[in-house]
Parts: sequence; structure tokens; C-alpha cells
Amino acid sequence: MKRIKTYLQPEYVIERLKDRCNKCKICVRECTYNVHIYNPKRDEILSRDEYCVNCQRCVVFCPTKAIRVRKNPNTYRENYHWTEEVIRSIKQQAETGRILLTGMGCDKPHLTYWDRLLLNASQVTNPSIDPLREPIEIRTYLGKKSEHVNINYKDGGDISLETELAPQLRLETPILFAAMSFGAVNLNVHRALARAAAEYGTYFNTGEGGLHPSLYKYSDHIIIQVASGRFGVNAEYLNKGAAIEIKIGQGAKPGIGGHLPGEKVREEIAKLRMIPVGTDALSPAPHHDIYSIEDLKQLVHALKEATDYTKPVAVKIAAVHNSAAIASGIVRADADIIVLDGVRGSTGAAPKVIRDNVGIPIELALASVDKRLRDEGIRNEVSIIVSGGIRSSADVVKAIALGADAVYIGTAALVAMGCTLCQRCYTGRCPWGIATTDPEISKRIDPDVASARLKNLLQAWSMEIKEILGGMGMNAIESLRGNRLQLRAVGLNDAELKVLGVKAAGE
Amino acid sequence: MRDLSRISNPYRDDKVIDSCSLFGVIDLEGRRFPPKAPIKAMDIMSERVNGLGAGFAGYGIYPEYRDAYALHVMFMGRDAKGRTEEFLKKNLRVLMAEEMPTGKEMRDAPLIWRYFVEPKIVNDKCSEDSDNQIVECVMKVNNGIEGAYIFSSGKDMGVFKGVGYPSEIAEYFCLDEYEGYMWICHGRFPTNTPGWWGGAHPFNILDWSVAHNGELSSYGTNRNFLEMYGYRCTMQTDTEVIAYALDLLVRRHKIPIGLAAKILAPPFWNEIDSMDSKERTLYATLRQVYGGLLMNGPFSIIIARSGEMMGLADRIKLRPLTAAIKDNLLYLSSEEAAVRSVSPSLDRVWNLRGGELLIGRLRSVKTLEIPPVVGLH
Repeated sequence: MKRIKTYLQPEYVIERLKDRCNKCKICVRECTYNVHIYNPKRDEILSRDEYCVNCQRCVVFCPTKAIRVRKNPNTYRENYHWTEEVIRSIKQQAETGRILLTGMGCDKPHLTYWDRLLLNASQVTNPSIDPLREPIEIRTYLGKKSEHVNINYKDGGDISLETELAPQLRLETPILFAAMSFGAVNLNVHRALARAAAEYGTYFNTGEGGLHPSLYKYSDHIIIQVASGRFGVNAEYLNKGAAIEIKIGQGAKPGIGGHLPGEKVREEIAKLRMIPVGTDALSPAPHHDIYSIEDLKQLVHALKEATDYTKPVAVKIAAVHNSAAIASGIVRADADIIVLDGVRGSTGAAPKVIRDNVGIPIELALASVDKRLRDEGIRNEVSIIVSGGIRSSADVVKAIALGADAVYIGTAALVAMGCTLCQRCYTGRCPWGIATTDPEISKRIDPDVASARLKNLLQAWSMEIKEILGGMGMNAIESLRGNRLQLRAVGLNDAELKVLGVKAAGE
Repeated sequence: MRDLSRISNPYRDDKVIDSCSLFGVIDLEGRRFPPKAPIKAMDIMSERVNGLGAGFAGYGIYPEYRDAYALHVMFMGRDAKGRTEEFLKKNLRVLMAEEMPTGKEMRDAPLIWRYFVEPKIVNDKCSEDSDNQIVECVMKVNNGIEGAYIFSSGKDMGVFKGVGYPSEIAEYFCLDEYEGYMWICHGRFPTNTPGWWGGAHPFNILDWSVAHNGELSSYGTNRNFLEMYGYRCTMQTDTEVIAYALDLLVRRHKIPIGLAAKILAPPFWNEIDSMDSKERTLYATLRQVYGGLLMNGPFSIIIARSGEMMGLADRIKLRPLTAAIKDNLLYLSSEEAAVRSVSPSLDRVWNLRGGELLIGRLRSVKTLEIPPVVGLH
């Protein structure tokens, strides 16, 4: 067959300002996609625009600020329906015959409800509280609460607590780091996440690649993930965390398994995942021991048995059409925590068509799950963590007001460490040293610096959450949980308002 | 099903918002007296009310029907009275029925009757059973019969309330003709509700009466939590959620009142962290399980039930509540001035601290309940 010439033009073009460039070649060294090349014969640096993903690595590191990355002005004729992205996708598939891969979360414009929800504040009838002067509490406990507390009290004033709660996770801020496996990211990233979680008083989730023994010291702040590939799962691993999360699905790719390409499976990763070096690590789409809800219940109980009922077990699902009913089943399958991952949820690699078209917005799923569990009187028997595109403290506050107990952040944590959402995680060449296991590139993440950046983010968001809470006249986060009266919506239709259980602004 | 909130909250706001004056007095020896002093004290605090609601609850006022439930009922429609009486006769034994004695006419006053009733089958061993029957009847009338509203349903006690200034309401109900050992009073300054007689405080169910000053920022959360336990918050008021929360905690979950107060206004986590291990587990567990009942935002409340008057303010004390003692009388009031106006010299007067529950209890009442845990703040 004849070779197919590509019709695809570079998405971005590099402009190098000649009067600024001192030919230090830092850009050449920093670009992991070989966009910048030095030609010693003519002492010049050239650009290969077609490889550029606009990750901004060279721009940030150029000491003379000589580089501009611009959107290629040579675009197709404007068309609202046949957008450039659509045309490019078709050409790419016509040239390769393959599923289009992508990284990170759905980037389409129409699915963010957080921005349509606005928060309340106290005026006149009720004083707002100043967090600089009064304590505002955002500590959160995750886990199964009981239906009521039994107190035994006798004449003489002696009281005893008869109720023993199921194991709980204690969070100093209602934010946890979402699952990102060792393999999808490298050990330095895991180190930074684990350390920041431990030092701030929250949790980091291992993802499906096991836990490196050097991180065992953080086990009080680690959530161990068990996913369909069961990579790295053994009794020791299960007991090295504060909680266990069964991953059924993921917002970026509901219904789809995982695929860590063999190139990323280096020695350490292979060891932890208990597979040979260089083999693809394939996570099946379903758990092949969970074909129905009672099977899930068995796995929940098996994990509880294996850890002697000392750790909460979470079940993570992608937000899909029947999330409410599924969540109810998960509570009845004895899970302690439900994790809902919305359509904006990120990934290291997913088929683009799945990422952008499967699953529903987390805001709607959360609202319907919280309501269903309340209607069934079982909301107290489970905690809800939501994830998938949480971008700011405002998103956190809105999520809690809609009914979440806490949120996972993945993308936001990566952005804090350097990620610029170029969406090329699946190449394994992440120029920021995050979504790569290449030993050289991985060095770009210094765990000391990265964990400091993560802690700063947690601190900044926590302070903002306190400001918002105080403004609403609340000094404890539990008073916001599911308090949808603190939310108003702008620009939503009746059906959306109904699902969200929120009034329109002005109402 | 009738939607009471349409009457109490006609603009469909998130909830009914009001502010107010509170006053309560109990004679710890149980001696009965007419509410002259409380009426005067309420008058002193007229700055705090706007004439759109006031009410009184008196305990020990019906000694002749001590063992019967006294139902005070408002009728706003033509056939409401007939339907209610038919319902009461069918479900309860009515010992006495009469129109509420009233003084000079007031504008928009509904027809008010009182009924002394007993359950048809009385289970001597289980008073809870009788209570539950009465609660069920109250809920059915209030939610089911258009134009009828039972606003008082305890034994040997009664609530008198309506739209007007406290002194007008007292005069309307001829309160000087009653004698009780405890009175709690409320004057309202509603911000979003036109006067509706049923919307005035105190709110009552069975033995419990609550008069409340405040606005709960946590209302939505509190309401969600209570709805999970079968309560329907038809009145859409903060006071209603406080009353239901106490009912759930104290009556249904058997939590001592002192600890129940520590659920509504819990210690801060750093206080809990520094407790000894047994206490820490207790308070942490209560906060974890009942976090949805934390009453956040400003409030002070006076709660009454037979033989007991309780005062509680929110944990950072955003609304006033003063306590005072003179001889056998324990006072609770929004303002010290109001207490001084009826008892210029006092043995002791102090402000309640945030989250601190004060219980005034008849000396004759024997109780198994622990005293409130003090000294946490």
C-alpha cells in the first residue's frame, strides 16, 4: 500500500524572537517532544512545529523569554458544526485507522454546572463570621455513621457510649488527592502527593498500580485502590493504607478498562504490579468477579475481612445515568464511602470519543445520589466523595452544598505541580515530569518542591473555604453539607433546577 | 395533603425569618402564679418586636385536667371546626370542649377552641404509646384538615399566641386569669412573613415548647437530616427544626438533654481533641453522627417541658440570653433590663455562654438525667 501523506497541519507554531534568543539551548533540553533542534553548523535553533503540544515547558524555562507558542493561524474555514477539532480528528483517523487517544478530562464547553451555581452570604438578619477572628471548622470525617447513638446513663451521672462507629477517615480539609497510579505517574509524583497529604492531614490515593514500599511510612494517609486488573493487590498492600477503594469506573472512561503501555512498565512498576517488565498492563473493563451488586458486596466484605474491619471501604463509580440507583445498591453492599467521578474526570489515557461523550456531569449525579440516599433514609450510612474537574475552592464549597462530604482533586493537584493540560499524558513523555516513568524526565519533579506546592494549594483553598463559610454565617462545614438553600442557579432550565434541587437566583 | 408552608411562608422564601425577644420564668418550688411579671417584662423589650407575633406558654395551668392532653386549636375555615371535631371524636376521647375565653376583639383573630382529650385506649405501662397517638393526631389535623391548626397539645400546659404585641395577646387570651409555675414568652419581629396566628411562637408539640430568637444558616442541612427520620418541616421555621431535633434526640434516641444540647451547639474540634479519651470518643461520635443537627448561625432559645425550663445559645453566642435568680424564681431573658423591670434586685444574674445549656428544674422532679457538661468553653 502506498504511504499516506499527512494532511494535518501543526496545531501550534513556535515563534522565536531573534533579538532575545541567546542560543542557550535550554529549550532544546527541556522539550521532550524534540520540537527545538540545535543546528551547530549554522549555530541556530530550529522549531519542528508539528511536534509541539503547547505544554509551555520551553516558554517557562527560556531565560530570555524568547519563545512564543501560538495557535497555528492556518486553520480551516470557520464552521460551528465542522470545527477544526472535528476535521483534524477525521483526517487523523483516515491516516491511521485508529481510535484517537487523549489524556486529562473532557474539554468540551457545555458541561460545567459549577459556574451556573452561585453562593449565598449573610446580610442583616444573620451575622457573617470572620475567619480571622473566629474559628471556622472544616474538619471532615468520612465513613459510615450510625443511624443513632446509644448512650447508657445511670443515676449518679455516669454515662457510657454504647455505639461504636465504623472506622472513619479524618480530613483536616474536605479535599483528598485522587487516584493516580504509579505507572501513569512516576514515583516522585507519588512521593509528593503522599507527603503533602500526610503533612496537611488528608489522603492520597494510590491508583491501580500498587504502593512503593518507600511510601509505607505515610500509610495513615493513603487510600489503597483495588481495580479490575488487581495489580499489586496482596494482603500486605491492603493493610498499608488507611482505607481501601474499589474502583469500578472512572469518569474519564466509564465502562472502559485501563491500558498502561509496555513502554511505561519499567522494572519498579513491573515489580509492584506483579507483571513482567515491558508487558502491557491491561485492566479489564469490568471486574471479572463483579457482574452484579451481590458480587460487589462479596468483594467489599472480602476486603474488610482481609483488613480485620479496621478500614473503611470506598467504591468508586463513574457518574452515569442511573447513578442514584447504583449508589443506593452500593450502600446496601456495605460500602463506607461512595466516590462519584463525573464526566470531567481525568485520565492518563482514554479514547477521546469515550472521554468526551460518556457519563454525566458530576453536579447532576451528585445531586441525584444525595437526594436518593436521603429519600431512602440511608444518607448517614455512607460518605460521598465527588471528583472530576474540581477546579477551585468554590467548586468544593458548591459540591458540599449539593451533598458531598469531600472532593478528590487530581488535575488540580497536577496543575499545582506543573501540569498545563496539554492532554498528551498517554505519550509517556510529559515534559513536566509528571505523566512519565522515564527516569530522566521524572527527575523534573522534585518531591520536596512539588509537595510544598501541593500543601500550599490545600492551604489556600482551605482558607478560601473558611472565608466563604464565614460569609454564609457558618462556622462548621457540616452545616453546609447538602444545604442547597445556600445555592442559587443562573441560566438553567426547569429540569436542571429540579435535578439539582436548587432555586433560580432571585427566587 | 395541605401545605401549611403556604400560609406561614406565602412568598416561598427558603424559610421564615424572624428575630425576637424571649423571656421565661420558673418557680423552682412549683408555686403557681399569674403571668403578670412576664407580660410586663415583654413590654419592656418592645424594641425587639414589631407587633406581628407574640405568644406565651404556661405550665401547670390546667390542674383540673392534669392527666388529659389539652389541645388548643385554631380554625380558619368554615367547616374546619366540624371536620376537626369529627376527627377528634373518632380517634380520641374528648373530655371537655369549649371556646377559648378571649377578651376584646382583635383583627383577623381566628376562632380558637380548646379540647381536653385522652387516647381511646390507654396503655398504663407505656405513656409513650399515648404520646405517639397524640402526635399522630396533631400531624393529621395540621397536615390534613384545611383551616385547622393544633398549636398546643401538652398535658397541664397551654400555648397562647397570635398576631399582635405581647401585651395585646396576653389581654386577648385573658392570661391574668391563669396560674402556672412556669411561663415562657416570645415577641416576634418577622422579616418575611405577614402575620399568621399559627406562625407565632412558642411552638409546641406534646410537652415541649420552644421560643426561639435567631436565624439558622444550617437550616437546609438540619431539615434534610430530620426528614430522613420522618419529620416533615411544614412550617419552614428554624424553631420547628429545633423542636424536632430535640424530639428526635431526647424522646426517640434517648440522649440526655445535656448531651443533646452539645449536639445542637457542639464543642469545637480542638476542644474535643483535648478531652480525655472517653469523653473525646463520646463527643466526636455525637458530632460525627449528628453533625446534620448542629444549629449553625445565631440563636438563643428557651425550651420548656413539664418541670423544666432550659436556655441555650449558639456556640459562639451571636444572640443574647441572660439568666437570673431571685429566691425561688429562675429567669431567662433576651435582656437583663426586662428581668430587672419585674425584679429589681436579683440574687445572681449572668449571661449564658455560647453552647452552654442551663436547666432550671422543679425541686420536686426526680430525674436520671446527667447534668449538662459545663466548662468546655
